[in-house]
Amino acid sequence: MTQRTADIIDVLAGLDAGSPLSTVRDQRAQARDNAQLSFEALLEPAEPGSFPLAERYAVATFVALLHGFTEAAAFYADLLADEAPELAAPIEAAAAAGAAAGPYGAYREVGLQGENREGLRWHPSSETTAAVGGRLAAALAHTHLLVLRPREARAEHLRALADAEWSADDIVTLSQLVAFLSFQLRAAWGLRVLAANPASAPTVSEGA
Amino acid sequence: MTDIVTEYPDLARPEQFTQQGLGWVPWLLPVAEDELTDGQRDALIEPARAKMPYFRLLARNPEALRARTLTDLDIFFNVSSGVGRAERELAAAATSRDNGCVFCASVHAAAATRESSREADVQRLLDEGVGADLGDERWNAVVSASVALAATPLGFDGDDIARLRGAGFDDAEIVDVIGGAAFFNWANRLMLSLGEPEVPARRRETP
Repeated sequence: MTQRTADIIDVLAGLDAGSPLSTVRDQRAQARDNAQLSFEALLEPAEPGSFPLAERYAVATFVALLHGFTEAAAFYADLLADEAPELAAPIEAAAAAGAAAGPYGAYREVGLQGENREGLRWHPSSETTAAVGGRLAAALAHTHLLVLRPREARAEHLRALADAEWSADDIVTLSQLVAFLSFQLRAAWGLRVLAANPASAPTVSEGA
Repeated sequence: MTDIVTEYPDLARPEQFTQQGLGWVPWLLPVAEDELTDGQRDALIEPARAKMPYFRLLARNPEALRARTLTDLDIFFNVSSGVGRAERELAAAATSRDNGCVFCASVHAAAATRESSREADVQRLLDEGVGADLGDERWNAVVSASVALAATPLGFDGDDIARLRGAGFDDAEIVDVIGGAAFFNWANRLMLSLGEPEVPARRRETP
């Protein structure tokens, strides 16, 4: 590829190249370039190895749906449809069943037990597991944990992935993928909201 | 089957949020320091990070580690424009407080204190939580925006922008607050899910 591919955060934020906020982003050119390189390393790797693209796009679509970010969910669902169209419906069903308002969960720290907040501990249904397979189902369970109740992550959750045939290298990559998306979606969403509320105009308040 | 996961039944665990330095132990085996490839060493960016198990664990995917680190360094340490270092560290600390990452909060609360000399205000954020009044609207607006941005489903909205503008932040500064807060939703999830914090031996004797 000789042509520079589109900046994915700009795409998800709805910013055109050369727009005022895209220009502000250029002040952090290294951050912009490396957010893009993170996307390429985690979602378009030259050598996906034992973590195939279909699984990566299924996880990404699930993450975007849990975040309620329509444009991002459509973007990742498109990638998924190219790679593994049969996964689209089960991922959508899993995200609907897993919908919850985070961050929540129980702390490990004894002095923080008063701040524990209960919430959905989602696990794939037998239908989901049958449709996506045990390996991807385990990844979806871990993804839901990381997106919504990261404070509840424990060593036993990594053991559950290992039991579902996830190697240590691929567990690190899965963790980076979900964590990176948690950044990427917020960076794009924040820019989108900022662009919709320019300084020159009165700020849109609730309901307007 | 070999168990690839390490647990620490007798770990000296922190009991609450703190500005004091913490260690961190990995649940998966990091790459051994003397087995790091040139590509993995390059991905660490700073050679001293070869001593840290967290970075050697992330070195299992060097391309992702390298891009993560360069994103981090630019968002937090490029001071050629935009919002001040203290506000960036405050956004990181507030995000970590809200997501529940005791390790990340310790590092970035201490950094916010270092950059601002407002140790008591930073400690109030740790002790009372993200609703604490930090004494001025600029800091309160940064914390409020960071907490709004941490929510899933995404709920950060025009009211959050209005509050930041009302506190005197311009577009470039708001982009930095969003960048710092968003980045810690990445960092928190790695530190919380690949290992856990420990109280270093040097501190266990002191109250």
